[in-house]
Amino acid sequence: MKEIASTPKASVFEEILDEIDPIIAHGISENSSAMISPDINRRSFLKLWGAGGLGLLLVFNLSEASKAARSNTLSELNAYIRISIDGKVAIYSKNPEVGQGIKTSLPMIIAEELDADWRDVVVEQSPIDESIFGRQNAGGSRSVATNYDALRYAGAAARYMLRAAAAKIWNVPLGECSTELGHVIHAKTGRRIPYGQLGDKAATIPVPEKNKIRLKKRKNFKLLGKRITGVDNYALVTGQPLFGIDQTLPDMLYAVYEKCPAIGGCVKNANYDEVLKLPDVKHVFPLEGNGHPLELSNGVAIVATSTWAAFRAKEKLKVEWDESDASKDDWFELIEQARLLKAQPAQHTLYQTGAVEEAVSDTAKSIQAFYTHHFIAHATLEPQNCTAWYRNDRVEVWAPTQSPGRAVNNIAHTVGLDASKVVVNQTRAGGGFGRRLVNDSVCEAAAISKYINAPVKLQWSREDDMMHDFYRVGGFHAVKGSVDPDGRVTRWGDHLITFSEDGEKSVIAGVPRRPKEEFPASFIENFQLTQSLIPLKTRCGLWRAPNSNTHAWVVQSFLHELSTTAGVDHLEFLLEMIGTAERRGAQNANSLNAERAVDVIQMAALKAGWGRTLPKGRGLGLAFHFSHGGYFAEVAEVSVSETKDVKVHHVTVVGDVGPIINLSGAENQCQGSVIDGLSAMFEQEITMKQGRVEQKNFDTYSLLRISQAPSVDVHFIQSDNPPTGAGEPALTPLAPAVCNAIYSASGHRVRTLPLVKEGFNVI
Amino acid sequence: MPDYMLDVNGKRHFVEEVEEETPLLWVLRDALGLVGTKYGCGIAACGACTMHIDGIAARSCSFPVSAVGDQKIMTIEGLAAEGGALHPLQKAWIEKDVAQCGYCQAGQIMSAAALLAENPDPSDEEIDNALEGNYCRCGTYNRIRAAVRVAANTYNKRGGIE
Ligand code: FES
Ligand code: FES
Repeated sequence: MKEIASTPKASVFEEILDEIDPIIAHGISENSSAMISPDINRRSFLKLWGAGGLGLLLVFNLSEASKAARSNTLSELNAYIRISIDGKVAIYSKNPEVGQGIKTSLPMIIAEELDADWRDVVVEQSPIDESIFGRQNAGGSRSVATNYDALRYAGAAARYMLRAAAAKIWNVPLGECSTELGHVIHAKTGRRIPYGQLGDKAATIPVPEKNKIRLKKRKNFKLLGKRITGVDNYALVTGQPLFGIDQTLPDMLYAVYEKCPAIGGCVKNANYDEVLKLPDVKHVFPLEGNGHPLELSNGVAIVATSTWAAFRAKEKLKVEWDESDASKDDWFELIEQARLLKAQPAQHTLYQTGAVEEAVSDTAKSIQAFYTHHFIAHATLEPQNCTAWYRNDRVEVWAPTQSPGRAVNNIAHTVGLDASKVVVNQTRAGGGFGRRLVNDSVCEAAAISKYINAPVKLQWSREDDMMHDFYRVGGFHAVKGSVDPDGRVTRWGDHLITFSEDGEKSVIAGVPRRPKEEFPASFIENFQLTQSLIPLKTRCGLWRAPNSNTHAWVVQSFLHELSTTAGVDHLEFLLEMIGTAERRGAQNANSLNAERAVDVIQMAALKAGWGRTLPKGRGLGLAFHFSHGGYFAEVAEVSVSETKDVKVHHVTVVGDVGPIINLSGAENQCQGSVIDGLSAMFEQEITMKQGRVEQKNFDTYSLLRISQAPSVDVHFIQSDNPPTGAGEPALTPLAPAVCNAIYSASGHRVRTLPLVKEGFNVI
Repeated sequence: MPDYMLDVNGKRHFVEEVEEETPLLWVLRDALGLVGTKYGCGIAACGACTMHIDGIAARSCSFPVSAVGDQKIMTIEGLAAEGGALHPLQKAWIEKDVAQCGYCQAGQIMSAAALLAENPDPSDEEIDNALEGNYCRCGTYNRIRAAVRVAANTYNKRGGIE
């Protein structure tokens, strides 16, 4: 394996973040009614292909701001609608499905504007080729946001052409032809033709200019906003081979890959011969890392004739590791270092406005607190795996990845081939949550297949998966604030203690990406966010709602501490703080719009019966957060017993993510976010000792079980604002809502997560 | 290494030369190509590998092939009736749109199927107890409960599986 100079890790993750961040990459327009991404403005946003007895094939472009500058070639057109003679409407879905429902919701958008009968729609998963399809990944809740307009225009253009075709056949004015459920209709004469019969004719109609196309008004939507069940549901409930782990190839072998349990350790030696003698074992060999931790790390591969044979052989494998450069991280030592740092001045200022130190008025009360949150793993239920076939200097993989496009380059880089010689087939993925933005297992599979020159499925065990994750980073906040007797926050200081690999920059998701935009920075006159860094080797990554998922907990908990200090009802307190700010009316996906925030908070309070009297030991907690362009307020109803048994009975979720595409999918995402948020705050914790992650499987790292799951009711405030995703922002207010409820129920303020650290049992 | 004759989903399968301690999970997946049963942990902690052995829900990752004998194995692939009519639980899962990633759902359905076969009208608590060993990482528990209830209703009306 050739040594290739490594790119700094942080910057590679930054690149991934740029790709998946809806806001940076796409500058969603301020004027929501005319949100047009640059490349759809081009005249050639749609092209006609095929024709001649094959029906209508419309090829179009899914928005990619970066591509707008490129030449006008077919490669800009990266998605299609095909209407065949039998009336089937095939729609290409270009993004990976990881459980976020995109394979259903993106085609729904086209079908709406096309007025197709959803029962005739077939969804085809597109191949991976970023030169044709633009960025292909799932993350940052951005799939819907970036493709909404392009998909609508494509559907509407096809509908226009079908109407025009029917008008020609009937020899009537275009204006008299309407559409309904896959038919063009001439109301005056009661005639109707199914789309299938119009495809050929429609293919002779020139693609309409954009200004001729009128999009539907939201109130006329027939499909969008409805509950549509997932397109793969039947296959899922009958056990079809959809996932990465289910892929097989002729004469395929099965591989495992052992890496040093302390990150960064290298193979010195191993009992290769002994392992090779085990039954069904075919190859045992070390692989050199390629210097790029997001691709191939140093380790030992075992290849056998079944997964089990490979797993068992791995138990017998004894590797002597060179740990001179390996991680020595120890979580308890890191906590000690943070305690020392909090007493010292912060190393850097991330954002400051006003004067935090001097701003204490005579009447204001001041408080301070120290919050600690933990490292957690992604623990996707499908452990990392990949099937690869290297032959004749080409490589093809079948991968459950969230970033298949990036995988092409990762593989090319790892096995030393040109990207044109790499084919990535995307499979369904058993959960993503950000883990599968990294293609380490994909690169390992490709490298192993190259070495043995045979098709192979690499399977990580659960232990591999938990010990070699890119974790959600832990961290510490020393916060202080002052509040007037009438509940006005006069100052806020947050000294964030996080980690750094290079000593200069925080690890990924350790600090807010846009500190100035992060709530409540612009709502408090005297505000300061500072940081100090502790060296770390443990690898960190992007975990559902990166950074927001911990930041919201601290901010919304401490706000509750302040409202309690002032003796003001928390609902009133939040509304006062947000509602009176000058930001009311701001309309940009980056920055919080106060009206939308107030609306979700009020509705959550209403739906949850905020203010009602509860029996002793029971309490409600309210929290709000804005992230990924989405507004979410949540109320948790929690009881706490004398013996600190915590039960979360119910959670009310109110969200505003613009118009809802698929109500069933969006609701499922929000319920899942609540369960995920609880899971992450109850017991889960990744700890390091001697650079080794101590948790290895679900016996020491548990997920929330069904009996612990509260009922979750979800409500959306739908608006004509640009749509944003529901997969992440609903997670962020959950932890503070629960902790605020615990305080209301018991008077105990939670400042360390997970809850078990403060002596709670979660039932 | 011994050979085994396994009764899986009503068909007999001959499996050649597997180690006695091989978990049934990997025999099903790698040798028989029945990949609906999933691997999640290998230590009977997550429920992704749940299938039935003589009608009882069990974790195939921790069930050695040598212990099967002539007991009947049923996996998610064998849950629908002959001819393909779906089990009420499969229908309810589609209708309630339970799945997110879907990876855990075969195991959830198999645990629920064993429950309904025993107890056609379970309470919420009984549903929770029966599914306690099945993790859903995506958090679809609310819908799982709802789908089991829907299926139980159909089940009762029809007096058992169609
Ligand atoms: S794989 Fe068997 S219980 Fe997890
Ligand atoms: S649906 Fe993903 S684990 Fe249950």
